[in-house]
Amino acid sequence: MIRVQQEDFSVADLYAGLRAQSPNAGAIVTFTGLVREFYQGAGAGPRVQTLFLEHYPGMTEKALQDIVDQARERWEVIACQVIHRVGELQAGEQIVYVGVAGTHRGEAFAAAEFIMDYLKTRAPFWKRQQTDEGSGWIESRASDDEARSRWEQ
Amino acid sequence: MLNINYFASLREEFGSSGEALALPAGVASVADLVTYLVRERDPAWAMLEDSSRVLVAVNQCIVERSHPLEGNEEVAFFPPMTGG
Repeated sequence: MIRVQQEDFSVADLYAGLRAQSPNAGAIVTFTGLVREFYQGAGAGPRVQTLFLEHYPGMTEKALQDIVDQARERWEVIACQVIHRVGELQAGEQIVYVGVAGTHRGEAFAAAEFIMDYLKTRAPFWKRQQTDEGSGWIESRASDDEARSRWEQ
Repeated sequence: MLNINYFASLREEFGSSGEALALPAGVASVADLVTYLVRERDPAWAMLEDSSRVLVAVNQCIVERSHPLEGNEEVAFFPPMTGG
């Protein structure tokens, strides 16, 4: 299940759904990303007021499906959920969710991390932040590219 | 017609979210299209030449600048992604 939506989501409901559709799972890993109040880390830099998420409708869903398909090829994934919010978000809000049900924890952990690492650098989302010092597009981070490239070795 | 889309900072720089463009004479690849746009438009468009800061998708798949164009594709220019 892949969803790109403005609305918030309930991790409890998603987890219950994942569990219901994965009767033979031995492990469920869920990840939730939140809008940080300080993009550069606690107390560093300007305070984030709102974050605006732009995306490329059509390509976004295709890119996310492709990432999930790759994860399913690499690990024994029983079921997988990806939700990414778009539009305007406030500091502290949920922005992204990945849920993976697997036979064992190792596979579920790895698949969830793989999906997040690829999502950050391969799915067409862009963040613009409004801080107490002004607004601007967030620059991509080399550390995100490095996180992805370690799966390619 | 090429259906060209600009996203995020590029959309703001160009003041446009996209355009339909008949394949210009001599344009047979993404690189050719970039050369054409940089030549024909105002100086802001020169940023398209920086392949580390501007990515290109053709028919919603990321491609290299050498990717061929026939004239009926959906092309998109955008900065490196920052989702998650």
